[in-house]
Amino acid sequence: MKHSLQLLTTESSPVQTEPALTRPVIVARNANLIYPAADKPVHALHDIDLTIRQGEFVSLIGPSGCGKTTLLRAIADLESITSGELLVNDMTPSEARLSGAYGYVFQAPALFPWRTVLQNVVLPLQIQGKMAAEAEEIGREQLARVGLTGFEGKYPWQLSGGMQQRVSIARALGFKPKILMMDEPFGALDEITRDNLNQQLQDLWCEEQRTVVFVTHSISEAVYLSTKIVVMSPRPGRIVKIIDSTLPRERTLGLRDTPEFMQLAHEVREALAEGHHEH
Amino acid sequence: MSINTYRQHVIPVSVIVVFGLLFWYCLTVGLNASGAIARVLPKDGSWSYNDLIHATLSMSRPILPAPHQIIQDIWVSLTKWSISSPRNLLLHTWVTASAALTGFGMGVALGLLLAVCIVHSKTLDKALLPWIVASQTVPVLAIAPIVLIILGSLGITGLLPKAVIAMYLCFFPVTVAMVQGLRSPQRLEMELLHTYATGKVDTFWLLRLPASLPFLFPAFRVAIASGLVGTMVAELPTGAQAGLGARLLTGSYYGNTVQIWSALVMASLLGLLLTAMVSLIERLVMRTRRPV
Repeated sequence: MKHSLQLLTTESSPVQTEPALTRPVIVARNANLIYPAADKPVHALHDIDLTIRQGEFVSLIGPSGCGKTTLLRAIADLESITSGELLVNDMTPSEARLSGAYGYVFQAPALFPWRTVLQNVVLPLQIQGKMAAEAEEIGREQLARVGLTGFEGKYPWQLSGGMQQRVSIARALGFKPKILMMDEPFGALDEITRDNLNQQLQDLWCEEQRTVVFVTHSISEAVYLSTKIVVMSPRPGRIVKIIDSTLPRERTLGLRDTPEFMQLAHEVREALAEGHHEH
Repeated sequence: MSINTYRQHVIPVSVIVVFGLLFWYCLTVGLNASGAIARVLPKDGSWSYNDLIHATLSMSRPILPAPHQIIQDIWVSLTKWSISSPRNLLLHTWVTASAALTGFGMGVALGLLLAVCIVHSKTLDKALLPWIVASQTVPVLAIAPIVLIILGSLGITGLLPKAVIAMYLCFFPVTVAMVQGLRSPQRLEMELLHTYATGKVDTFWLLRLPASLPFLFPAFRVAIASGLVGTMVAELPTGAQAGLGARLLTGSYYGNTVQIWSALVMASLLGLLLTAMVSLIERLVMRTRRPV
């Protein structure tokens, strides 16, 4: 196999697509998350070992119940691991959250209906105590970046689903979090809107080289966006394979028809099937 | 006014009003007939049915006054007497309205305070809610004299005791709706603020309070109406000098039914006005929300 596969190791052979290894931002070692239940405890995350470095775009992919959203939530301190180690910027997830490290984009836009689009975007800035004028300037800038100039004064219910999700991305980017967490942000959108937003997200990421952790169901979305694809499998939720992308950092939608893209997608599909057959 | 609104609203409403008035007049004639025969019409029986109907509709102390008598009574009281005269109904309406509004304000403040405490503390949720519910099972008629006596012994009379009783009725719907409203934010919205490391105070002002407003205004409408009832009930046992409740009481002392009905009509008009004011404020505050 011509791709260098990094399996459950943290500091092994250098990744070929990266010119130099950047600082690890998220490190999980033997992380387990078990939900207590009356009959049989649910093993949502089993021995997770994962290192995510500064500037990486990491997709977590797998069937429902594989723990990909749980892992994302554990990193963002919306759940707590029950054993093992999970560090974000050398801090616990809780400390990292309190230091404002995360921008989190949920499956639903989660906009406040009583706030205008602009007011929604400046919400995190307002909580951080930024001056109103400065926050507004940043808000307008972010809205322009997701192509929503002119919609500042509209209310969320006046916008389409795709536009609402773009507002929520602008909101997550506005306060310049070190890590952008995205939980199937485009899951509820149609394919055309989805392609469009994937490209915008790709452009945004290329500009800023921010660390992104992205949960998805879609193989092509994962391959198109990621520098690293983490394939997960359910019962118990675990990582079956980590695939480093061989694609260049800057990508266009046309890339999806190249043999290299197909090969990667195939590899992801194989890994998913492998995880499935282990039972 | 378009033809459509005319057809859909004006015609049905006027038909009901006309039928209501007709029914009222028939009832007036029927109920007052025996009294009119006994007291108003000549004893020798020299009267026609026309005389009987005329007499039943213009008695000074009828069992049921006719609508035009009530309107005339209100009109005379509003136009023939100065605003400071106890014969002017506006004075009484103002006395009642000011106490009801003060009580409403106090009830809203108490209701909001209780709701905030209940939402933010599990202990208070368990400790307070049963008492709040129990408080409403005690009839206001029983509470009112007690409160008036206690406050009176402390030298507090006039508007405040009435407002306290109005508050007693007002705070309940506000508390219940506000607790529901403050808890209405979805898990997703709470988690969003959690990822921003938002404190409890910011969460309250940025999410819980705005989310509770759609629950709050219907409760305000209920509260202001029951506050008005509470005020009028409070005006009864003391034999208060002024207020619509006092007018009801003196009216029934002297068998002056027209006066009772006038006070009643003014009370309903006041109730309508107060709820309309709440609706107006609601419209202003909620104008940016999605029209339902």
